[in-house]
Amino acid sequence: MVEHTIPATNAIVTLDVPVTEVIWGWMITLNMWAKSIATGVIFIGAYLLARYGKETGEKVRFYMPVVSFVFLNIFLLFTLLDLHQPFRMLNIFLHPNFTSAITVGAWLATILTGIIFLMTLIVVKPKIVKRKSKAECRLAPYYDTFLKIAVVLAIPVTLYTATIMGEATARELWQTPTELVQMLTAALLCGSAVFLLIGGDFPYAAKRDLAIILGVSAFIAFVVYMGEYYFGHMKAEEVAAVLANVKEGGEYHVLFWIGQWVAFIVPMALVYLSLRSKTSSLLYLASLLAIVGLYVTKHVWLIIPQLLPLS
Amino acid sequence: MRLGFLVDLDLCMGCKACEVACKVENNVPLHSWRLRVKYVDVGTYPETKRTFTPLRCNHCEDAPCERICPVSALHYLENGIVNIDKERCIGCAGCMMACPYGAIYMDPETNTADKCTFCAHRVASSMMPACVVACPVEANIFGDLDDPNSNISQYIMKHQKDGGIKVRKPEKNTHPKHFYKGGGEVQLNPLASKREEGFNLFNEITHLDHIGGH
Repeated sequence: MVEHTIPATNAIVTLDVPVTEVIWGWMITLNMWAKSIATGVIFIGAYLLARYGKETGEKVRFYMPVVSFVFLNIFLLFTLLDLHQPFRMLNIFLHPNFTSAITVGAWLATILTGIIFLMTLIVVKPKIVKRKSKAECRLAPYYDTFLKIAVVLAIPVTLYTATIMGEATARELWQTPTELVQMLTAALLCGSAVFLLIGGDFPYAAKRDLAIILGVSAFIAFVVYMGEYYFGHMKAEEVAAVLANVKEGGEYHVLFWIGQWVAFIVPMALVYLSLRSKTSSLLYLASLLAIVGLYVTKHVWLIIPQLLPLS
Repeated sequence: MRLGFLVDLDLCMGCKACEVACKVENNVPLHSWRLRVKYVDVGTYPETKRTFTPLRCNHCEDAPCERICPVSALHYLENGIVNIDKERCIGCAGCMMACPYGAIYMDPETNTADKCTFCAHRVASSMMPACVVACPVEANIFGDLDDPNSNISQYIMKHQKDGGIKVRKPEKNTHPKHFYKGGGEVQLNPLASKREEGFNLFNEITHLDHIGGH
């Protein structure tokens, strides 16, 4: 239990409803994690195309929309499955309430998925249609235009979950400004990790850039988590109660630190060693750990404020 | 019109008649509550006392649940009640995450969010909410906060001078329209009292499985 008692009153709840079970669970974690990968590859893919167009171009132009499309669909699928009335999802478009970040996010994510679908069609069609005359997609000349739109849309799509968390007034731990930073660093972390995993034949300079993005993203995310973990209690009683539960060895204590080590600390060390030795083999492990660890980190941060009794 | 609620905690004796009346009036399913009375024991034996605090939706003027609901299933009525349209609700549980008072639950039979509506259907027929009618000591006071002559306005004016009127979690800036007279930290702040595992009357609670959904 995460609450405490005042010694002077020695107050004990003797009859109440049980603390509500966790409302947003692993499906929402998966939602956030998949979205980080889907938007991250767009940001990093656009960077690689702009900076290393010729050397990395063909591979990035293919994998960016494909990976993004797969993970956008995982994100949307689990968003839908998490609803208690999934068939009423249409109400978001028929009866939208635009003060809700859920609505704004759903609209933007849908548009982004449409754009990424078209980009995927452009790169996949030539690979699956055998007749050369019909292989090229008629939309191919618009790839770069779609990419620009996708980059712009990916920014609010990756960030809107932070606003949902901010609108979740009952969970004081989630503050919009810090969550915005966490969402952005998560996207950059995942985007760079995905391209390090699939870009074995990229020139070393491109790999070095990706490693630096991975390392810096991990560092910023780690610093923000540590800031909240060690100093968050100063501002709000509820944050203090939630973090005390984790610090005092609650069930999420070990998981929290596993997440921090696997997602941030070890990848940072591996990136440092890799850059020093100018080899890229360690970067595969760093990328894999960062992606897996991020899921754990996000999950712990999602669950712990929900353990707080509200009444 | 701006309907509000006040509970005089100095009068409440924890009989739970309001809780039962609410359950019956609104067909609230097993293991769900629109209104419940929390008991908190205070002090060390032999200097102990038991406090009773009815808890329900606060019908906030700046309701986080209304703001976060993506389909406006949670909406304001003209009389200030925060009502819910269960036919429109998609069951995203955003409102449950937003409500700082834990006043919203997921109905296991309809798979939609639900909560106290101040018995809006009864109010529309010029009747008092079921919990008000059931209270044997008239600790529940319901009425129009905009009418200075209403019972609730008079009650607030009479007792607010000495700081006797409080709301839950004012720091959340939700501006609740649900007030308490005689409430202290122990009754209104969930973090001011301890919940010891194994000493809760709801330890062996039965949960209804959700029909469909998850």
